[in-house]
Amino acid sequence: MRLSVHSYSTVARIQGPLIFVERVMQARMGESVTIVFPDRRKLEGEVLKIEKNNVLIQIFGESRGLDMDQTSVEFTDAVKKAPLSRSLLDRVFDGSFQPLDGLPHFVPERWAPVSGLPINPIARARPQELIETGFSVIDGLNTLVKGQKLPIFSSAGLPSKEMVAGILQHAHAGAVNSVETGKAFVVVFVALGLAHHEHEFYRQALMRMRNRFVAFINLADDPVVERLLAPRFGLSVAEYLAFVHGEDVLVVITDMTNYCDALREVSTAREELPGRRGYPGYMYSDLASLYERAGRIKQMPGSITMLPLVTMPEDDITHPIPDLTGYITEGQIVFSRELHQQGLFPPVDVLPSLSRLMQRGIGEGRTRADHRDIANALYTHYAKGRDLRRLEVIVGREGMTDDDRLMLDFADAFEAEIVHQGTERRGIAETLDLGLGLLQRFSLESA
Amino acid sequence: MTNRITGISGPTVSASPKGLKMYDRVSLGDAQLMGEVVRLEKQRAVIQVYEDTRGLGVGEPVRSVGKPLTARLGPGLLNRMFDGLQRPLDGLYQEYGAFIQAGKQAAQPWLARTFSFIPLKRPGDETRRGESLGYVEEGPFKHYIPNMEADGRIVRIVEGEMGLDDPVAALSDGTQLYLQHDWPVRLPRPSRGKRARVEPLITGQRCIDFLFPLARGGTAIFPGGFGTGKTILEQSIAKFADVDVVVYVGCGERGNEMAEMLEEFSALDDPRTDRPLMTRTIVVVNTSNMPVAAREASIYTAVTMAEYYRDMGHNVLLLADSLSRWAEALREISSALEEMPGEEGYPTYLASRMAEFFARAGAVETADGKTGSLTMILSVSPPGGDFTEPVTQACLRTTGSLFLLDTNLAYRRHFPAINWFQSFSLYEGDVASYFNRQVSPQWGLHHRRCREILQKEQRLREVAEIVGTEGLQEADRMLMHVAERIRREFLMQNAYTEDAYSSPEQTNEKIGGILEPYFRDTNTPTHGASGTEPGPDYPRTSLGSKNARPEA
Repeated sequence: MRLSVHSYSTVARIQGPLIFVERVMQARMGESVTIVFPDRRKLEGEVLKIEKNNVLIQIFGESRGLDMDQTSVEFTDAVKKAPLSRSLLDRVFDGSFQPLDGLPHFVPERWAPVSGLPINPIARARPQELIETGFSVIDGLNTLVKGQKLPIFSSAGLPSKEMVAGILQHAHAGAVNSVETGKAFVVVFVALGLAHHEHEFYRQALMRMRNRFVAFINLADDPVVERLLAPRFGLSVAEYLAFVHGEDVLVVITDMTNYCDALREVSTAREELPGRRGYPGYMYSDLASLYERAGRIKQMPGSITMLPLVTMPEDDITHPIPDLTGYITEGQIVFSRELHQQGLFPPVDVLPSLSRLMQRGIGEGRTRADHRDIANALYTHYAKGRDLRRLEVIVGREGMTDDDRLMLDFADAFEAEIVHQGTERRGIAETLDLGLGLLQRFSLESA
Repeated sequence: MTNRITGISGPTVSASPKGLKMYDRVSLGDAQLMGEVVRLEKQRAVIQVYEDTRGLGVGEPVRSVGKPLTARLGPGLLNRMFDGLQRPLDGLYQEYGAFIQAGKQAAQPWLARTFSFIPLKRPGDETRRGESLGYVEEGPFKHYIPNMEADGRIVRIVEGEMGLDDPVAALSDGTQLYLQHDWPVRLPRPSRGKRARVEPLITGQRCIDFLFPLARGGTAIFPGGFGTGKTILEQSIAKFADVDVVVYVGCGERGNEMAEMLEEFSALDDPRTDRPLMTRTIVVVNTSNMPVAAREASIYTAVTMAEYYRDMGHNVLLLADSLSRWAEALREISSALEEMPGEEGYPTYLASRMAEFFARAGAVETADGKTGSLTMILSVSPPGGDFTEPVTQACLRTTGSLFLLDTNLAYRRHFPAINWFQSFSLYEGDVASYFNRQVSPQWGLHHRRCREILQKEQRLREVAEIVGTEGLQEADRMLMHVAERIRREFLMQNAYTEDAYSSPEQTNEKIGGILEPYFRDTNTPTHGASGTEPGPDYPRTSLGSKNARPEA
C-alpha cells in the first residue's frame, strides 16, 4: 500500500487512446489513474500492461490536447470503482459516470469495482420465473425468464429500438393467472455510440419509466473508449440494485456492436494480434465478463436480466459479434429484413430465434399447461411451411399436394396473426389462445 | 530469498527468475494468486496466472510452492463441484459468499470427513507403486486406495475410521502412505497398457447408439454452432450413459446452465443404482467469466480425476463443454507470451496438445491388474458454425467419432441435431457385431437398411425439388414417407420427456417397427399410402464448407 498519490510526467509515447509512461514505481494492473492535461483538464485512465517500469495506460476520453512535457499521470493505487447509492435512480450519466441531467453528483453510499466478480456457479439460482414482455414472439415462443440474458440480433434499418421501447413499457414479472402482476422492473439503460435521433427516442421512452431507471449515455460523438467502461458501470449499478436492494433489474445495452468495435480499436492501438475480422482473440472472454453478470443468486430476492442489442454487420449472423454473443447468451431473438419489408412488427424470425431457459419458465403453474405443446406445434408447422416456400418458387403452387398448400397458408397466417402485432400489448394468455385458434383453424393437432 | 514481479500483461506475469523451475506452482503477490512458471529466460521468468491479475502490483513477491500444478486425489471427490484448479466451489461459497474473489484458498471442507478404511495388505507384504493398499466405501462402490509413492515392504497398515491426512500405511524405508495423494495434472497416470477390446458405451441416444455407436475408451467430438443443442446433448449423455463415474467439465460456458444442471442432477436418480445422479458425478466448472488460465487448466484437472477412478477399474466418462473455449484460452495465453501464432492466431502446438489430451482416453489394464476405461465426449464450438476452423480440424485428426450438429436441423427443432451424412464412428463395425450378438440379430440389417433409405431420400429430395412431390412415383413417395418416419420418430428424441433415454432393446424395436412394415409392403406392393411430402428436417451442411445460413 502506498501512502501518497504518485504523480509522473515521464510520458514516452501517446498513441490514440493509449499513453506509455516510463520510470513508474510499483504500478498495479488495472490501477485507476488520473491524467492531467497541460491545460489542467483531468481525465480518468486505467493501467493495461506493465513491463518493468514502463506502464501502458488507456485513457477514458479523447487524447486531443495531451503533450509529452507538461502532461502528468497520477497513480491512485486502487482499481477503478463505481460509486453507488439508491439516489442514482432516475438519473442520467455519461459513459464516465458524470451527470448529464444537470443535477449535482450524488453522495456515494458505497463503492464497488467496475469489473465485478464472477458469481460462484454453485451460488446461482436457476432462472425460471417468467417475464411477460407483451410480445407474442417472445412470450409464446421464446419465453424470457428472470436472470436470463437474451440478446436481440437486429440489422441496420430494422425497428429494434421500437421493440426495446415496447419491452421497457410492457415488461413485468408474473404468471398468467396470478392476480397481482408482479413488481415492475428497474431498468439500467446503457447506450453506446447512440445516434442523436435515437437518443431522443429513448429519452422519451425512459421518461415514461418514472423513478425506475438509471441511464448511461455515450453518444456517437462521445469518446470511443468510454464505451468499454459504461456497460461495466451499468452492471455494477445493476448488481447493487439487485443484490443489495433486492430489485428485479432489466439491463438494456444498445448497441453491443459499438462496444466490440471500441474493443477492436483499443486492441489494434495496442498492436495486438488481430483475430477474426480484426477483433481481438480475447473478445469471447471480454464479452463473457459482461454477459455473465446476469443471473440470480440463491437466497437473495433480486435478479439481473439482460437484453443486449446487437446489430449484425451485413445482416450476417455468423459475424464474430453476434456469433460470440450467441455462444454466451441463453438464446437470441433474431430480426428478419424480409418480414420488416412485409410490414410486420416486430419483424422477428422465429426459426433462428431461441430461448434456452424457456423450458423452465412455462407450463402448469407458470404459464399454462398447454404452452409447450402449442409452441412446439406452431414451430414445427411454420418451419415446414417455410421450407415449402422454397419449393413453391421452383415448382409453383400447382405442383404441390393439398397438404403442402395448407402448410404454405399456415405459414402466411402465422406471420400475419402471431408474429405481427403492432405496438399493442398482448398478454400471454391471449398469445396462447391465438396460437391455439390458429392451429384449430388449420385442423392441426398441437403435439 | 523472494522473487519479485517485474511486469504484468493480461493473464501472464514476469518475475525475476532466480530459483524458479519450469512448471513450478507459485503464489503471487500479497493476494496470493496461484500461477505456474511457463517460461524461463536469463532475465525473467514468465508465469501463467490462474486468477484475475487486476490489482496485482509490480514489486510484489513471488513464492514458489516447489510443486507443479496438481490435483488432490482421494475419497470424497464424487458428488462435488470444483473450479478449474480443483478448489471446491461449495467450500468457497460457504466461506466467502456468492462471488468468487481472487486469491482465496478455500478450506477444503471434505478434509474434516473420515472414511472407513479396510486394508487388503498386511504388515510384511510387498507393495508396488500403483497397487491398491485397501479400500473405503464411497457411494455404490469400493474406492481403492493406491500406493502412488514407492515400491517396498509394508511395516504398518491400519484399519478403521481414517481422515484424509492420517497415514494408513508405512513402508520399511519410512515412506508414509495416506488416503489421498497429489498428482501433477499435466502428467498422464500410468497403466500397464491399452486394451484393444471393444465394448459399446450406451448413451441412450438412438442416433448415436444405432448410427454412430461409441466404444468404451473411445473419443468423440461434436461440433456445432450456437443453438444446435450441444449442451443439452452433453447433459443427456451425462445422465444416461452406462458408466460408473462421470466427470463433467463446464469449460468457459454459461453459469446459469451449470446451475440448472446441478439442480437437475441432484434431483434425478441414476436408473441403474437408484442413487441421485450427482453421487456418480464430479463437476469441474470454469464459466466464461472466470479466469482464462484456469480454464486452460480445467480440462487437465478433470482428466486427472477421471484417470484416478479409471485406475480403480471403473468405466469413466469425461464430458467437456467446450473444447473450443479451452483452445481459445490457450490462444489467449500464447498471445500474452508473444509466441509466433499459427492458424487464426492459435499457437502452432494446438494440434499436438490436443492429441496428447485425446491420448489420455482408452481402455487400459490398470497398474493393479484391473480393467478400466476412460471415454471422452467433447463438444466443439466452431466460430460462425464453420467447421473448417483449426480447432474442429485438429480434433478430427485424432477423434474416433464425430457427431456433427447441424444448424438447419436445429432451426427446425430436430434434436439431437446430429447430421447423419457427415457424422462418423470408427467403432461402428466392432460395436455393431456386439449388438448383433447381445441385442438382436437384426441389428446390422436394420442399420444397413436405415442408412440406405436415408441416402435414397436425399437423392429423391433433389428430384422432388425440381418436379414437385406430385411428380414422384408411388414407390418413391413411400420411401420418402418411411424416411420421414425414421427422422421424426426414430432420430428425433426429446430430452425433456420419457423418451430422453432409449435402451438398445427399445432402439431396436423402434427401428424394426418402422422398417419391417415398409419392407413387407414394398415386396407385396399395396396402394393406399397417402401422398406424403418431403419433410423439412434435412441436413444441408457439409464439412468442407461454411455452414449454410438460415434462409431469410
